[in-house]
Amino acid sequence: MKKDLVILLIILLIGITSPFLFPNFVVNLSVVWLFILFSLTWDVQGGQMGYNSFGNIVFYGLGMYTCALVQVGLFFSIGEWTEAGGEKTFLHTIPQYFTGLGVGLIFSSIIPVLSAIIVGLGLLRVRGQYFAIGTLGLGIAAGEIASGIEVIGGGQGMTVPIWPRAAGTTDLRNLVFYYLSFASFLGTFLFLRWIYQTRFGLTLNAIRDDEDKAEAMGIPTMRYKIIGWCISAFFLGISGALMGNMNGYIDPIDGAFTGSTVGLWMIIMALLGGKGTLWGPIIGAVLFYFFKEFFWMQFLGWQYVALGLLVVVVVVFFPEGLMGWLKRKFPEKFGEVVDKERTSGIHLD
Amino acid sequence: MKTFRKTMTCLLSTFALFLCFSSAGYTKVDGDTILLGAAVSLTGKYSTNGKHTKNGYDLAVKLINDRGGVKVKGKKYKLAIKYYDDESNSSRAKELAERLIKQDNIKFLLGPYSSGLTKAMAPIIDAAGIPMVEANGASRSLFTKGYKYLFAVLSAANQYLESAIDLAAEKAKESGKKPSQVKVALAFEQDPFSLDVRLGVVEAAKRHGMKIVVDGKLPKALNDMSAILAKVKALRPDVLVVSGHSKGAMTAIKQIQEMKVDIPLLAMTHCDAAKINKKLGGGGEYTLCAAQWHKSLSYKDSYFGNGMDYAKRFEKVYKYDPPYQSAESSAALLVWKSAFERSNSFDTKKLRDALSKTNMQTFYGNIRFGKTGQNIAKPMVLFQVQNGKNAVVAPTEWASSKLIWPAPKWSERK
Amino acid sequence: MDLMIFTTAPWLNVQAIFDGIMIGAVFSLIAYGMALIWGVMKIINVCQGEYVILGGYITFYLYNTYGINPLYTIPAASLFVFLVSFAIYKLVIVKVIERDLFVSILATFGLSIIIQQLMNTIFGADVEVAQSGLGTEFLFDNMVTVPVTRVFSLIIAVLVAAIVVIFMHYSKLGRAIRATSQNKRAAKVLGVDTDKVYGYTYAINGAICGVAGSLVAMTFTLHPYIGLPYTIRSFMIVITAGLGNFAAIITSGMGLGILEQYADYIIGTQFRIGFVFLLLVFIIIWRSRKLLKKREYLK
Repeated sequence: MKKDLVILLIILLIGITSPFLFPNFVVNLSVVWLFILFSLTWDVQGGQMGYNSFGNIVFYGLGMYTCALVQVGLFFSIGEWTEAGGEKTFLHTIPQYFTGLGVGLIFSSIIPVLSAIIVGLGLLRVRGQYFAIGTLGLGIAAGEIASGIEVIGGGQGMTVPIWPRAAGTTDLRNLVFYYLSFASFLGTFLFLRWIYQTRFGLTLNAIRDDEDKAEAMGIPTMRYKIIGWCISAFFLGISGALMGNMNGYIDPIDGAFTGSTVGLWMIIMALLGGKGTLWGPIIGAVLFYFFKEFFWMQFLGWQYVALGLLVVVVVVFFPEGLMGWLKRKFPEKFGEVVDKERTSGIHLD
Repeated sequence: MKTFRKTMTCLLSTFALFLCFSSAGYTKVDGDTILLGAAVSLTGKYSTNGKHTKNGYDLAVKLINDRGGVKVKGKKYKLAIKYYDDESNSSRAKELAERLIKQDNIKFLLGPYSSGLTKAMAPIIDAAGIPMVEANGASRSLFTKGYKYLFAVLSAANQYLESAIDLAAEKAKESGKKPSQVKVALAFEQDPFSLDVRLGVVEAAKRHGMKIVVDGKLPKALNDMSAILAKVKALRPDVLVVSGHSKGAMTAIKQIQEMKVDIPLLAMTHCDAAKINKKLGGGGEYTLCAAQWHKSLSYKDSYFGNGMDYAKRFEKVYKYDPPYQSAESSAALLVWKSAFERSNSFDTKKLRDALSKTNMQTFYGNIRFGKTGQNIAKPMVLFQVQNGKNAVVAPTEWASSKLIWPAPKWSERK
Repeated sequence: MDLMIFTTAPWLNVQAIFDGIMIGAVFSLIAYGMALIWGVMKIINVCQGEYVILGGYITFYLYNTYGINPLYTIPAASLFVFLVSFAIYKLVIVKVIERDLFVSILATFGLSIIIQQLMNTIFGADVEVAQSGLGTEFLFDNMVTVPVTRVFSLIIAVLVAAIVVIFMHYSKLGRAIRATSQNKRAAKVLGVDTDKVYGYTYAINGAICGVAGSLVAMTFTLHPYIGLPYTIRSFMIVITAGLGNFAAIITSGMGLGILEQYADYIIGTQFRIGFVFLLLVFIIIWRSRKLLKKREYLK
């Protein structure tokens, strides 16, 4: 337990001090924390529960829109705000801005959870590849539909309330959102770490390993699956809300329901680090972020080829991820006792 | 547990190192070079127009440098541009604005291609107080937010096809009908630019009391609009207005030709960039196209000469006729040059003030910024495809040909 | 909601059904390819749509640079995609077979990103078409338009499908493919080189996609990023029809085509793609609900 405390302290230390160490990178750092959150929440389904979802991005986009709509709708008419591509400008006063943000964050966690329940009742009955493709369809449909709805700006997108200048400089704003991102990451991390140690985590693993048997043993699998999805939706909703506010502008397909970018990245990040572990997605997300920034800057115009290659290489040649590889190499360090004689004949796949 | 910690420390130290390296590097004015920054679309759905934009920028940079560069405080500086690829994605564009300003420490920016991406970048640059001269973000909402550091050399999107509606009203009057009897059909892509064009068209139609009979909207990823055209065919409107970047223009003309939809007046955007008429073997005849610029206009400057000279120079380097996206991008650099020289400094505040006082003629048109940063000195042009050539038909002072109206029916065309 | 338009212009029904059938034929063709590799190799090919667009670009390239009428480029497009997909099989797919289906989904998703980007780099992001110059026919007093290209693509689609079916039934390779799909081990024991069979199956799917791509290039427009809707459509057709049921694939393909046309007229073109994707979700849920009553699930 002492070791855990040390790790926690290290994370806290990094999280709190890094914006002061790298003042020019505050926004990037907030994105890193959110990326980690993405891959952690994807892993609840993909790694722990065995349901490979392409559609978790829906909750992210929903959170983004919900928060912005609440922030605007509390004080102004949404129709007027989005009219003509957000032509009119309404300025929030300081108390208005912060109440809006607070209430928005609350709603942006509730609405995705509700939608996770509704969608889950239908889709979580479906297994395997059908679930994967179904969720892929869901993610893309959401973006297309959002860009057809006029009141939320349609294809024009929607602007998010501007940080009131009286409240401070943009550096302060970035700092505020940095700490909110960090806090939401920390919340996700601690919550998942706790829940993976409880019966709940074991049940998720049981569903992954053999759902029929789990059901036969009397586990109400459907309930667990839905709760699992709700957990992801809750945190993803919040992260969407934060990302929307940091961007200041929501584009339905490029910004909110980005099934083919962020939606895919969260899977790759988790796979890169090793799915089904707590630390895998974290390491994967950090690695991926650097890979992405590096290649994106180096190869103007070729970055998507690089990304595609990364996807193929990771999936085909390196499916167990970094943590899986480490676990196989040094099983003792992971608290697994290996009986050399008995496993020597077994090839771990 | 130890491995975790080791991995974590390892990762974090690489992280720290990485950040240190990437933050070093560029400064705003390096030796005798002024570094401007730009995010353009080299990949993704806007990559063609993104390339037009980049070519326009590069051509102007080269020309300005060849002619001795920019003179500030008695010293000559060369221009250079730091490019990033925004992948035609607004969230990426926003990240890159952040990167250009914060990490690359660039103080002078050029715009990306398309309204959506400019919209994503504008709040960042304005908050940071870094001036940006953009040439491809036409959405009206860019100019109503009170941005102080955003300057656009082009006319706003809602003006693109307003004049087409006016023309329709005029023609209706000539033929003895009331403008309010004119029926309008619309087909617009769901993206910021096209919806802004739509806004202008709807307002103009309202002003004339016209009736909108078909109000079609196109998704971003679609290559079939036959349903809308079938409706158009059924309801026989007098005007059809289409906008959806090059994709929309291409799809519309191909299917109108295929389905032989007779429309007296067909107006659209981006027919120039798509080079549709050539590709479709004359299917684009009689189409009205809105453009920011046309090479036959008689504007002039001391660098590029007039539009024809620009077109020649451009074609020599890039082997194709310059679309207006390139022309306006080149003009943006002329504006920057003049602002540097007039303010005689590299201070962003002073530069902003100098930019806001810009009043010049370029080969691309007159440039004078209104209070909101929008170019108010230049009208849009409307040309009609006649015998495979673009003939300017509006505004009247530059019109080289008369509008052919109504467009002949398909059955009467050869 | 534009329901009224069907009463003011009743021929639009005819138009919608016509267009739907003709588009649906191309969809069915693509779906048939997908069903083939899904059934034989147990792989879900997400880059199916990209193969289609790639075939279209080959047609466009020949049309644009050499001025060849797109009608004659179909074999070339088909052959090219055949070779490309065979190479991809050797490089990547061979390592994906017999793994979790999710692996194949992700790996082909990655491939689709690469193909898209390469097409963008090579052919540009401009929208392209290849004009077949076949003209248009009219029915019902000029109100229903029937572009001859679409009729032509219907015929080609049916023809190609027929060829593939005959090939599957009567050629040696076709029988080997069917044997492998029924029981891989038994086929192997009886001397079928299953590895080769897999390679050819995957490449045949490529060839089918290449043909479909040529047809798409003639009837619609091309764009490097327009592949995914085709993948989703074929996936949808396959799960409604089931693997290996050829007649069902055709009917559900045309059904989808007609449904899409009506959706286009009634709820508006802007929701068409969204409609297709949502329909997929509903079909999956509906199918699994039906199976759930028998305590089974979609496999």
